[in-house]
Amino acid sequence: MVVPSLKLQDLIEEIRGARTQAQEREVIQKECAHIRASFRDGDPMLRHRQLAKLLYVHMLGYPAHFGQMECLKLIASSRFTDKRVGYLGAMLLLDERHDAHLLITNSIKNDLSQGIQPVQGLALCTLSTMGSAEMCRDLATEVEKLLLQPSPYVRKKAILTAVHMIRKVPELSNIFLPPCAKLLHERHHGILLGTITLITELCERSPEALRHFRKVIPQLAQILQTLVTTGYSTEHSISGVSDPFLQVQILRLLRILGRNHEESSETMNDLLAQVATNTDTSRNAGNAVLFETVLTIMDIRSAAGLRVLAVNILGRFLHNSDRNIRYVALMSLLRLVQSDHSAVQRHRPTVVECLQENDASLSRRALELSLALVNGSNVQAMMQELQAFLKSCPPDLRADCASGILLAAERFAPTKRWHIDTILHVLITAGSHVRDDAVANLTQLTGGQELHAYSVHRLYNALAEDISQQPLVQVAAWCIGEYGDLLLEGNFKETEPLQVEEEEVLALLEKVLQSHMSLPATRGYALTALMKLSTRLCGDNNRIRQVVSIYRSCLDMELQQRAVEYDTLFQKYNHMRAAILEKMPLVDRGGPQVDEEAKESKEAAQLSEAAPVPKESQASQLLDLLDLLDGASGNAQHPPLLDPSPGGALVHLPDLPCPPPPAPIPDLKVFEREGVRLNLSFIRPPENPPLLLIIVTATNSSENDVTHFICQAAVPKSLQLQLQAPSGNTVPARGGLPITQLFRILNPNKATLRLKLRLTYNHFGQLVQEIFEVNNLPVESWQ
Amino acid sequence: MQFMLLFSRQGKLRLQKWYVPLSDKEKKKITRELVQTVLARKPKMCSFLEWRDLKIVYKRYASLYFCCAIEDQDNELITLEIIHRYVELLDKYFGSVCELDIIFNFEKAYFILDEFLLGGEVQETSKKNVLKAIEQADLLQEVRYFPRCVTPFSF
Repeated sequence: MVVPSLKLQDLIEEIRGARTQAQEREVIQKECAHIRASFRDGDPMLRHRQLAKLLYVHMLGYPAHFGQMECLKLIASSRFTDKRVGYLGAMLLLDERHDAHLLITNSIKNDLSQGIQPVQGLALCTLSTMGSAEMCRDLATEVEKLLLQPSPYVRKKAILTAVHMIRKVPELSNIFLPPCAKLLHERHHGILLGTITLITELCERSPEALRHFRKVIPQLAQILQTLVTTGYSTEHSISGVSDPFLQVQILRLLRILGRNHEESSETMNDLLAQVATNTDTSRNAGNAVLFETVLTIMDIRSAAGLRVLAVNILGRFLHNSDRNIRYVALMSLLRLVQSDHSAVQRHRPTVVECLQENDASLSRRALELSLALVNGSNVQAMMQELQAFLKSCPPDLRADCASGILLAAERFAPTKRWHIDTILHVLITAGSHVRDDAVANLTQLTGGQELHAYSVHRLYNALAEDISQQPLVQVAAWCIGEYGDLLLEGNFKETEPLQVEEEEVLALLEKVLQSHMSLPATRGYALTALMKLSTRLCGDNNRIRQVVSIYRSCLDMELQQRAVEYDTLFQKYNHMRAAILEKMPLVDRGGPQVDEEAKESKEAAQLSEAAPVPKESQASQLLDLLDLLDGASGNAQHPPLLDPSPGGALVHLPDLPCPPPPAPIPDLKVFEREGVRLNLSFIRPPENPPLLLIIVTATNSSENDVTHFICQAAVPKSLQLQLQAPSGNTVPARGGLPITQLFRILNPNKATLRLKLRLTYNHFGQLVQEIFEVNNLPVESWQ
Repeated sequence: MQFMLLFSRQGKLRLQKWYVPLSDKEKKKITRELVQTVLARKPKMCSFLEWRDLKIVYKRYASLYFCCAIEDQDNELITLEIIHRYVELLDKYFGSVCELDIIFNFEKAYFILDEFLLGGEVQETSKKNVLKAIEQADLLQEVRYFPRCVTPFSF
């Protein structure tokens, strides 16, 4: 029975009429069967209709691979309708992973050379959408011929196809570079736009091209100037801005040409100022051009006045009623806050206002920026704002806000007392979101006796009100244990005199111990605190002894052990109890020296004398600490954290005692490709001879980011290899933050070290996979 | 631009244009996740979000979401203009376009997009020229065979 073939629109109607998923599937399966049959022996004139239906079905998520060959047939047909649908099918169904895709190369070649413009257009469009590297190589000369053809319709497409080809096969740059100069003289906007895009692509890939194209800067300036000063032209204007697409593209190219090049940057100053002041900013189109101008100003070696103008424009953006514009302003200011700190500081009040945004992504940016703007002179005012924000901010921002406040407090606290107040406030407001090391930090507070009394009073009050926030409870318990005697003195001047009875203190600690909200760690703190109080308080210790003995049979191993030990202290070793439970000496802050880190990272070249770190558990902790700094200041640009220099070890920590360093093993560069480099640093800790630590550092000096970076390794069977988690998966372009990863190799038999590495990553839009064995491993790494 | 997706408020895909080579499986995964992410956004939120290592620019026109993925160095604000221009083109072509037009004439939506963007970049900034090109191509579909010489496009 010959069923008349459904028209596309009827099929769509029928599919949409289906009530359930199952019904839809049925309709589609039936139709696909028809389509298959029709492909086999149906009317070739209707083939395009069948493919169109198949493409619709494909968009709904159903398999359509059996249509691939039909695309080829339709493309080869001489009817325009067939070609149109055939090429569309090729773009949707074929890609470089399918072997079939190469088969259309011939059809494209024919279509490109036939001289029928709409067909040439289809072919170029398809080539630039799904053309693989092989196809691009085969068709490069065809496309090159079309660059200088008379018709702008085809030329503009050929130019952008060339852009795609260069992305796929960078060597083709040689063919497409020469025509550019001539194309820049064209007046057709489409051709100009394509040419500028092409030049941008060429310059991004090759420093020679970059140098070569610097001489067209005057021409570009001319074009841009004409656009900016010309009046309204119906054809290319959007809201009073002449061809914003073209303007933005020119600005972007100028940015690339002027970057790191004084001479070129100087020639652009006036032009950029002109664009910045003449652009109508009432609508998005104008703001888009203005935004690109700001980005360019900030990235080239522009005059100081111009930079201030740019930052002010961003500041103005912050007041714009359009939240998209506020967003880009916050993002850009965040990127600038390190390099142009004082200029950005001027807009601090506005940034702080942005904390009140309803949109979470905006308030998050505002938070990062606010934290980056905190300095010695504004810290108190900022802290007030930030603490107010902490109370009302959405939960996912709480942790970052809390850490940020604590870090800022640490760096800039004007007085110790203010510092303590701030930390207390954070613990009370957002205690459960505070990072674990805040507890450790707080318990290391230095200060005179005055502050101990003050702290313990405030903590006691806070604890009495609320025992649910674990970090607060832990710190409070510790303090009460240490300074309980000060608490009971009760005659502290600055807070209201509070008569605290011994019984109350003990009752509170017991409450903490018994509460189901207390974590085991918290209970540990409380129990130890109780013990300490047994020497601090004057009363009878019976209550304490009772509590301790109850916990001797606690199910938690840690608590049980402590309780047993403490009980023994009461009984057999009572004479030693006072000595053991004495007050801790004031601890000097020996932990991460925050300011020193900042200084050290600026002197990147001086990191070569660092001592090898004895335990590599310190290594991952250090990286965590440095991450903490990154997170709080929201800084997008960082100098490399690890310097792969001879003796290659980690950042110098002045306080770590270490054995005299053995002769350092030289670093080894093991891989380089298109600006991506892999470097190995070797460490043999002297106290553990079989152990070899290798730090793998991946750096990126190219113009394109490296993403999804994974490094795997293999060693001979007689050695043991352990890979630790890498610091990340992305290496930003142009010397961005490298990825580091630690390998631990145990080689007790001093067997010859061989190392095979496997790298996979994305670079320039392509998947790179490299497997290689490392040659020239230094002998000292295993002998 | 890496890709552009059009989808309805119920998450049904109406158009997908990919400018990077990815497997079908990956495309489906990305589409699914991104659609979910965008649909979860509240109406008052800004049009930009960071997703994986891409910047996403999206805008809702009536019942359709237009969603583009751009690279780090691309300008978000001009991408909004790109989206808007595409909507204007559709509007002019279909005469007050609505989602149904795009559903029933999805091939036309692709053809129009392909006259505006090429390889992920803007190829023609004149609305008039884009629409003329589509008009001419539509006319060509009417004839059965190619005339010996086709009048060259003057735009």
